[in-house]
Amino acid sequence: MKPTLTFLLLGLVLAVMQAARAQDETLNVPKSIEAGRAFSIQNPGSGEAILYIVGPGQVLKRTVQLGTSTSFPAGSVCNAGHYVVILAQASGTTAQSFDVTPANAPASLSFFAKPSRLPVGLHDGITGAVYVFDVYHNLIAAPTPVSFELSSPSGAVQRQLVSTHGGAAWTEMDSTSQQGSSKFVARAGDVSSARIISQVPGDPCDLKISAQPSGKELDLQTAPVRDCSGNAVPDGTIVTFTETYPGGQSTVDVPLKRDIAEVKMPPHDGATFTVASGVVLGNQIRWGK
Amino acid sequence: MNKGGLLALSLAVATVLLIVIGCVWPVEAARPFIIQKTVFTSSSTPEEAVQKLGQEIQAHDWQKAYDTFANKAQFTEQEFELDLTGYTTNLRSYSTLDHFSVWPLHASEDEADVRLELDWATVVGNAVDSRDLQVVRNGNQWNVNWPYTKQPTVPPQVIPVNYLRWDVIYRGSGDDWGAQDVDAPSVRIVDMHPVQRADGVLVMGELINDDVVPAYVSVSATLQRKDKSAIATEGSFDEISHVLLPKQVTPFLIRFPDAQLSDVDSINMKPFAILVPASADPVIEIDNQKFNPAPNASLTGQLVNQSGQVVNVAHVVGTLYDKTGQLVWVADQYVDSALLPQTPVAFNVPIPEDIAKNVSSERTVVSTFSFGGAL
Repeated sequence: MKPTLTFLLLGLVLAVMQAARAQDETLNVPKSIEAGRAFSIQNPGSGEAILYIVGPGQVLKRTVQLGTSTSFPAGSVCNAGHYVVILAQASGTTAQSFDVTPANAPASLSFFAKPSRLPVGLHDGITGAVYVFDVYHNLIAAPTPVSFELSSPSGAVQRQLVSTHGGAAWTEMDSTSQQGSSKFVARAGDVSSARIISQVPGDPCDLKISAQPSGKELDLQTAPVRDCSGNAVPDGTIVTFTETYPGGQSTVDVPLKRDIAEVKMPPHDGATFTVASGVVLGNQIRWGK
Repeated sequence: MNKGGLLALSLAVATVLLIVIGCVWPVEAARPFIIQKTVFTSSSTPEEAVQKLGQEIQAHDWQKAYDTFANKAQFTEQEFELDLTGYTTNLRSYSTLDHFSVWPLHASEDEADVRLELDWATVVGNAVDSRDLQVVRNGNQWNVNWPYTKQPTVPPQVIPVNYLRWDVIYRGSGDDWGAQDVDAPSVRIVDMHPVQRADGVLVMGELINDDVVPAYVSVSATLQRKDKSAIATEGSFDEISHVLLPKQVTPFLIRFPDAQLSDVDSINMKPFAILVPASADPVIEIDNQKFNPAPNASLTGQLVNQSGQVVNVAHVVGTLYDKTGQLVWVADQYVDSALLPQTPVAFNVPIPEDIAKNVSSERTVVSTFSFGGAL
């Protein structure tokens, strides 16, 4: 059954191609047109026929008078790709094909910026990839210049100009040494797309605590906690205070609040207070004898 | 009688017989669903009096238990019930008494000390509550002096809380496919150590939230043979502190029952993290944390809720290190009473005796859950 069907379809295609070859000189179809542009097709012969245009995701059907030209207004054919024109009349079928290419002017960008959040001072830590589309959302395959721009919170700007390959352009950029939100913009022609990259402080650097008696307890407080580039470590970061004394230990995980972590702990004679945040250790204080 | 009638009669007899057997010797799983009848009706010895009390607690017969107390003038029946089930919603509020044990400690003519160990079945496993009871003679009867623990009261006050809270807005479903989304938190395993135990292989370690946002974390591990084929894959389940604030470190323990470390060539560790809304509050202080060596090795201490919010369930996860700083054990325990503001609650995490001799230092983390609140 399958081979029979295959031969039948093959025969049909060959017949259409044969008929098309015979009519090549007469059916006047443009070789390629830009997506969305108006165009016309010259129909040979006389009488009435039906003209089909079959393309990606789209079929057009027109009843035409042979010997005249059929016009298609702007916006009739929008999807880029290969189209087949079939002219069906009583005497037979004529076929021809043409290509619809994306419009040259970029109209929209799909911009992938990764990651949305990263530590400061990371080489090639930020990646951006852009796909350039025309007004009908066709990927513009022709090389198109794309500029990438990363504005840091300090106002410094990193720029790179890249040409698309097969519709895509990509780049890598360094995160700056200053924390804050950076604007990452990709631009092609008159269109641009922006993403926000959050540059966050690294691990705490030089973690220091001091102790002050406060009633029956001891008030332990860190100095403002900063990373090695001088950025304030964000509030909510956990700082662990540990008091070790003969026969016991007390621990409190305290979140940073306004750059400092503060806790009250019972002072045991001969106790040692230490501080840590993640894998970073700070100074230690001995209390009493 | 015809054959059908005989069959019906035998089925009825068998059904009645099975019901009787089921009620008299119930399986453990069915015990909570049976209306408990007190078996010990007399209190002619101190042990019998405590046994009877245990049965009444198991049957939730608070009134009967309360009526037998020698010191019932000191508290009400409701206070007795709340003393056992908790004044504030906690793990014990939804538990049943699975079983109990009685040990005589000391006895004289008119007075005796008896230990009553209550094993409560909670949603996270068994919780043991041990009470030393004084039992006094009253004529031919013995009555228990219930060691009533008065509910700690927190003075009326306003505690301002201005710790950070993180909320998350993810990209919308209608956004363009290239639209930006928030990335998952960056987490890292900083320590990993497999050990062979009698019941299988244990993989323990520590995980840090390297990011500046809170993370919900878990860890899974796959034991692999030399040819990289998988022996087994397991997760840390609840032997980990799941919500990690920025730069917070949690221990984890993964159990591989019946596995042999000698069969393992490599272990593939997979930390998992997602961004979740969280609050830096409540802050829990772990006070008087102490490792108690064998016998009865344990990690003990007190949890002090420094915030104003009541913590209904607290989970203590302890990490134990040897003198070189190498991780030797991870142990955990759920605290079965609520943490009221500024009110210390004791915890006691048992440690295996063979591990205890190697322990040199410890670190404890606490994760909390408040009903009606966020994690």
